[in-house]
Amino acid sequence: MASKRMSKSAYPKTLLLPAGVLYLLFFFIPTGISFFFSLTRWNLQDWKFIGLENYRTYFDNPNLRVGFINTFLYGVSTSIIKVVLGLLIANFLTTRLRTRGFLRSTIFFPTLLSTVGIGLTFKVLLDPFHGPVNAGITAALHWVSITAFGPGWLTDSNFLPLFTISLVDVWKGVGFATLIYIAGLATIPKDYYEAASVDGASKRNQFFSITLPLIRPAMFSVILLSFIGGLRSFDLIWAMTGGGPGFVSDVMGSINYKQYQAGFYGISTAGNVILLLFVTALVVPLSRFLNRMEVEN
Amino acid sequence: MTTLLNRPKKLKSKQKYRSLWVDFIAVLVVFAVFIAPLSFIIINASKSSRDAFLLNFHFPKKWVFWDNLKEIWSSQDHIIWRATVTTLLITVLSVTVLIVISGMAGYYLQRAKTKLAGWGQFAVLSALIAPPALVPTIWVMQKLHIYATITGIVFIEVTYGMAFAVLLFRNFMATIPKELDEAAIMDGCEGWRLYFRIIFPLLRPVTLTIGIVTSVAVFNDFSNPLYFLPGNAHPTLQLTLFNFQSQYNTSWNLLFTDILYITFIPLVAFIFFNRKIVEGMTAGSVKG
Repeated sequence: MASKRMSKSAYPKTLLLPAGVLYLLFFFIPTGISFFFSLTRWNLQDWKFIGLENYRTYFDNPNLRVGFINTFLYGVSTSIIKVVLGLLIANFLTTRLRTRGFLRSTIFFPTLLSTVGIGLTFKVLLDPFHGPVNAGITAALHWVSITAFGPGWLTDSNFLPLFTISLVDVWKGVGFATLIYIAGLATIPKDYYEAASVDGASKRNQFFSITLPLIRPAMFSVILLSFIGGLRSFDLIWAMTGGGPGFVSDVMGSINYKQYQAGFYGISTAGNVILLLFVTALVVPLSRFLNRMEVEN
Repeated sequence: MTTLLNRPKKLKSKQKYRSLWVDFIAVLVVFAVFIAPLSFIIINASKSSRDAFLLNFHFPKKWVFWDNLKEIWSSQDHIIWRATVTTLLITVLSVTVLIVISGMAGYYLQRAKTKLAGWGQFAVLSALIAPPALVPTIWVMQKLHIYATITGIVFIEVTYGMAFAVLLFRNFMATIPKELDEAAIMDGCEGWRLYFRIIFPLLRPVTLTIGIVTSVAVFNDFSNPLYFLPGNAHPTLQLTLFNFQSQYNTSWNLLFTDILYITFIPLVAFIFFNRKIVEGMTAGSVKG
């Protein structure tokens, strides 16, 4: 009897109302109508139906198409580096070190900083002619009697700018991955390691046979969070190169913003729809796969 | 989880620290990789314009940080001052609204076994994964007459931050026994009153962490104000910094002063809430 009453009044649907209204108004409805407006040429007031024209523009123009491959590369490279590096750092920082607290805090700290501030700082540090990084490289090479200059980290017209930005992304975000891993490592019973070392297993073997299988849930969180974050990235790239030089470091987030800025709202909206489908098509199967692996364990 | 940062457990006598060399090398690496860029900001924010032009790690010939701060403070009709007020206002409002409504939603989703709760779970997951449709959102906001207003950006920040907050609240709610609800109902306390009188006070730890994490996220947000809060009426700190960069093209000292200024508040948050932030950020991400 009590349960009947509870389902009626103890948990009124109105509790969900404010969050539900915001979700519908500012997430669900915009996402829904984006499918329609991606088929139009519009200026936020009037619209004209033009079919798949915007999508055609997006796929035909090489300067827009570059966004797909870059978004994918950025998402994959940042998440792989964070997944591997984060685990190595976390594994190291759970050993007995005198400076452990200091090291953990310092590695985590950049997570809290302004992305734009970090981006602008590294842009200056990596300046090809005046930046301290290349000055250091030149000096070091000079010391071994080679006269050469460091690369144009953010100014070369190949994949280097995008890769440089993804390294800065890792610099800022690896602390978070490390923390998730440390939380995961804390759940592994110490007895396992003790038993293994009594049996004569080396540290290396312990890592591969105990740590790696048992850290999976944390690892899957890191994979998903960093991959989704990487695919949706915009701020850091916009602050460091603005997608340039030319379009070599453009991702879909920055392309959509540029189209919006130029008044091509239809193309920007089509880009949004493509990004939505792109992210969903990559992340949903990935998370299904990871979930299944976790259950099998 | 409380031992995550800064609190190494007391060692059992048989366990030994690693060699001091390992510490030494690790600290050296961390200094080169993490501390050096941060010290570059601080050093150059304290230099004169001519001194900072060289872009090096040398200490300033003369420490003029306060002069630089006064200069960015008064430039462009005190835009930094207005941006500070606006950003803090947006942050406080967003965090407050977010905590109130996502707590309620998380409570409903965890407790009620209805079809609606099922849809709610789906909504949370979809919002976690899908990138929001930006230009159509502007269209909706214009229809509601809240585009480029504080109200509008607060609603946006709350909506985009909600999924993660509801998830954390819901996970935490699972640790509060349902018998508590039943006992309260016996005493005639139901619905909203039950939530706000009995449950919400028990959520304090997770509320605090969500509050801190969201504050930092909203304070540092760049892209949402860029889309939804354009114009000079309501400048935010991140946008001001970005717009200043071209103006500061040759005055690196002022650029770095500005960066240091907007980093100051997260820095203070870090010093005071270090462990809380860490717990909160990891709590929602790992099962078990």
